[in-house]
Amino acid sequence: MHSHDDDDHSHLTDIEARVRALESLLGEKGYINSTAVDEIVQTYEKKIGPQNGAHVVAKAWTDKQFNDWLRKDATAAIHSLGYTSRQGEHMEAVFNSPDTHHLVVCTLCSCYPWSVLGLPPTWYKSPPYRSKAVIDPRGVLADFGVHLPEHTSIEVHDSTAEIRYLVIPERPANTDDLDEKALSQLVTRNSMIGTAILAPAEKTK
Amino acid sequence: MTDLSLLPGISLHENEPVFNEPWEAQAFGIVIALHDNEVFSWDEWVSALVKVLNEHPNEDYYKNWLSALENIVDSKKLISFDTLSHRKALWHEAAAQTPHGEPIQLPSHT
Repeated sequence: MHSHDDDDHSHLTDIEARVRALESLLGEKGYINSTAVDEIVQTYEKKIGPQNGAHVVAKAWTDKQFNDWLRKDATAAIHSLGYTSRQGEHMEAVFNSPDTHHLVVCTLCSCYPWSVLGLPPTWYKSPPYRSKAVIDPRGVLADFGVHLPEHTSIEVHDSTAEIRYLVIPERPANTDDLDEKALSQLVTRNSMIGTAILAPAEKTK
Repeated sequence: MTDLSLLPGISLHENEPVFNEPWEAQAFGIVIALHDNEVFSWDEWVSALVKVLNEHPNEDYYKNWLSALENIVDSKKLISFDTLSHRKALWHEAAAQTPHGEPIQLPSHT
């Protein structure tokens, strides 16, 4: 038998202890309360995610009036569906077409349209994506397995604390008979950042 | 030119988890709560985060996030680095005195 003196008590990593120090002190001084912090985490883990953006996209595909509104005032149009940003930034919707493909990045840090896409994926926050998206967008798309025709130009949008972008991908082929709800199931997170295009739907018999 | 797909730990797939470890979620939630309570503006937070990201471009994102949080809490004079460091030590002590599997709590203090 070996003795395992250290194993019978709990252990916090250095980083866990730093977070607990912050949370306990900020709580005691009344700057935050733990219930509110837990609720925020729950919301971002469960309720806010790419399904919100997919709803916006599917509505833009099926509702001409909403589509026009989204082009003119995306912040208000998106707000009308109940998706509001706590950080108060403006939204802009950018529409893909056969001529133009839109790609979103935040070169400074990781600004991202949280209210419609949830929290950014790891690659979005990574320095290589942040620097390469602007210099070589076609190369970035190739990394994601997206190969656009030569004649399609790529517009890169750099997000800031004040303005965030949502890409409206092109509606896939063979989807004429689908309703808004069914369409929203086809919309992927990456397609709303611009690092994916949507494949044509399977033909139904 | 960097090939994104060759980066370790970076998944280009859909549906990766939002947070990889509970502390990341807590550090995230604390920042949002402080902003909700108007302790700082979102611009101020972004500046604090960008500064750390630029200093440590290859560090784990949420570790940088946490360092930025400690910095802004100190610079806003909410809690000093010394106080944080002292409290961190108390948490380590509390963990050492807590049987494995039980919730770790700070000894009640006055």
